[in-house]
Amino acid sequence: MSETNTYKGSFILLILTLVVCFFANISLGSVSIPLKEIFNSLVGASSNASWQYIIVDYRLPKAVTAILVGSGLGISGLLMQTLFRNPLAGPFVLGITSGASLGVALVILGGGLFGGIFASLLISKWTIVIAASLGSFLVLLAVLIVSSRVKDTMAILIIGLMFGSITSAVVSVLSYFSSAEQLQQYIFWGFGSLGNLSWNEVFIFFVIYCFGILLSILAIKGLNTLLLGENYAKSLGLNIKRSRIIIILATSLLAGTITAFTGPIAFIGLAVPHLTRQIFNTSNHKILLPAVFLFGAIVMLICDSIAQLPTSDYTLPINAITSLIGAPVVIWLLVRKRKMVF
Amino acid sequence: MKETNQHIILKTENLSIGYKTKKEETTIATNINIALKKGELIGLVGGNGIGKSTLLRTLTQVQPKLSGALYLNEKPLEDYANMDLAKAMSLVLTETIASKNLSVFELVALGRQPYTNWVGNLSEEDISEVNRAITQTNIENLKHKKCFELSDGQLQKVMIARALAQDTDLIILDEPTTHLDMYHKVYILKLLQKLVKETGKTILFSSHEIDLAIQLCDTMIVMTKTEVTSDSPCHLIQQGTFNTLFPEDLITFDATTGSFRVKK
Repeated sequence: MSETNTYKGSFILLILTLVVCFFANISLGSVSIPLKEIFNSLVGASSNASWQYIIVDYRLPKAVTAILVGSGLGISGLLMQTLFRNPLAGPFVLGITSGASLGVALVILGGGLFGGIFASLLISKWTIVIAASLGSFLVLLAVLIVSSRVKDTMAILIIGLMFGSITSAVVSVLSYFSSAEQLQQYIFWGFGSLGNLSWNEVFIFFVIYCFGILLSILAIKGLNTLLLGENYAKSLGLNIKRSRIIIILATSLLAGTITAFTGPIAFIGLAVPHLTRQIFNTSNHKILLPAVFLFGAIVMLICDSIAQLPTSDYTLPINAITSLIGAPVVIWLLVRKRKMVF
Repeated sequence: MKETNQHIILKTENLSIGYKTKKEETTIATNINIALKKGELIGLVGGNGIGKSTLLRTLTQVQPKLSGALYLNEKPLEDYANMDLAKAMSLVLTETIASKNLSVFELVALGRQPYTNWVGNLSEEDISEVNRAITQTNIENLKHKKCFELSDGQLQKVMIARALAQDTDLIILDEPTTHLDMYHKVYILKLLQKLVKETGKTILFSSHEIDLAIQLCDTMIVMTKTEVTSDSPCHLIQQGTFNTLFPEDLITFDATTGSFRVKK
């Protein structure tokens, strides 16, 4: 179709950038590995076993995670901004992250408070993933029940924010009764981390991610219709409630899993859709969805590469980097274009 | 009787409109018996707060009727599924569209949504329908502009084109001339008249431009506090219906010119 053709060049460029960023991300890290050895490791023919291990079992899953996280958060942000017709909406307006935070807080901080059962639980990575998933799932369930009852989409936005307030209040109370050690552990979870996932975890992450993406693709037509506003959308035969539920479900699957596996990662979900709209100058979701996917993945890979502080032994919290790098870019774009495209 | 029935697109029988809450029922108008004929331009007039919008919302199934019957193409309106209704009736609303970053072509093309596939791809036929709607409303020169670049008058034409592209027998417009200057008010209403003649569609619009509606409409629906009357503008003038439209302390209807005069 002609409308897609005009964007073909941009898409090819974006895909190439993604590939370059992917390899750059793999080649950069605290241990410098020669480029040739990186390729050898990828095909499993490296002479150095520890390099091979670093590449295949650490950097590669981390890069794949970065792609899933960046694209997933970008797309869920796009869905929320269109559904709520609000440029400030992001994947977390539904209170999904707050739910995940509450789950994690209950496990890490609640141990001291409840003693007994919780204290005896080993706080392993899976415990945290499960707690975060359960937390975000419960909030999602509440939001879905509410959204099938209220007529006004804006009410869902407010209700999502209210859920967020409630959960953060509970987290505050838990923090008050927690030890410094527990608090530190909780705060570290809040920094976000892409690097702790094994291939098994990446696989499970990927499966749920695919469901989320599939639902987003199914929502494209409805999203475009919603650009006219809900009354027009209804007059065009759109089943508003069903579209709303598909969109909310897609966002929750994406944002919920991402938060569960990598912690709450800020900014990407809000900024990437804006970045994409500014650059592609369109509101058509058939173009925006794949473009946001690519931009999200690229931005996340770049942020992760920077967070690694290549050749040094330190790794900065990814959550700080996404905002530090991303916010100025969006400000610059908006100032330069002098016009907000939404 | 049977023969005329076939040309009737929308018909109400003893329709009551209003709002229903759990506690009480607020009736705004009762005993509404109107019939919209195929290929007519119909103007709906009435004072502020008399229930024009409520009537339009009821006719378009945005809100439920209180009692009575409502038929679209001889089928009860409530039996229409969303998608079937979208193929029978298109709307131009007073609200502004949510995203003005769409191009005019994209916006008009959204009118084809009831006919496109699951991802909304336009077929050859869809594209030619969109182009026809654009030609019929004389907005070819705006085709590639973004909606935020348009004036109110231009945007209104685009919204009418979008409704045309939806390819329905009936188009309903809620106050299409508000915010427009004198010239564009006439322009939009003349355009509606031309579209009725060219396409044979039925177009119903609500408006406060009573004198323009008298000159341009085939039928007018006049809503007053006591009743809802529908007839040709000439008959309505003869019957003195327009005199009952407003309280008589400030303006009177002049039957010879078909317009309202300020009382001196």
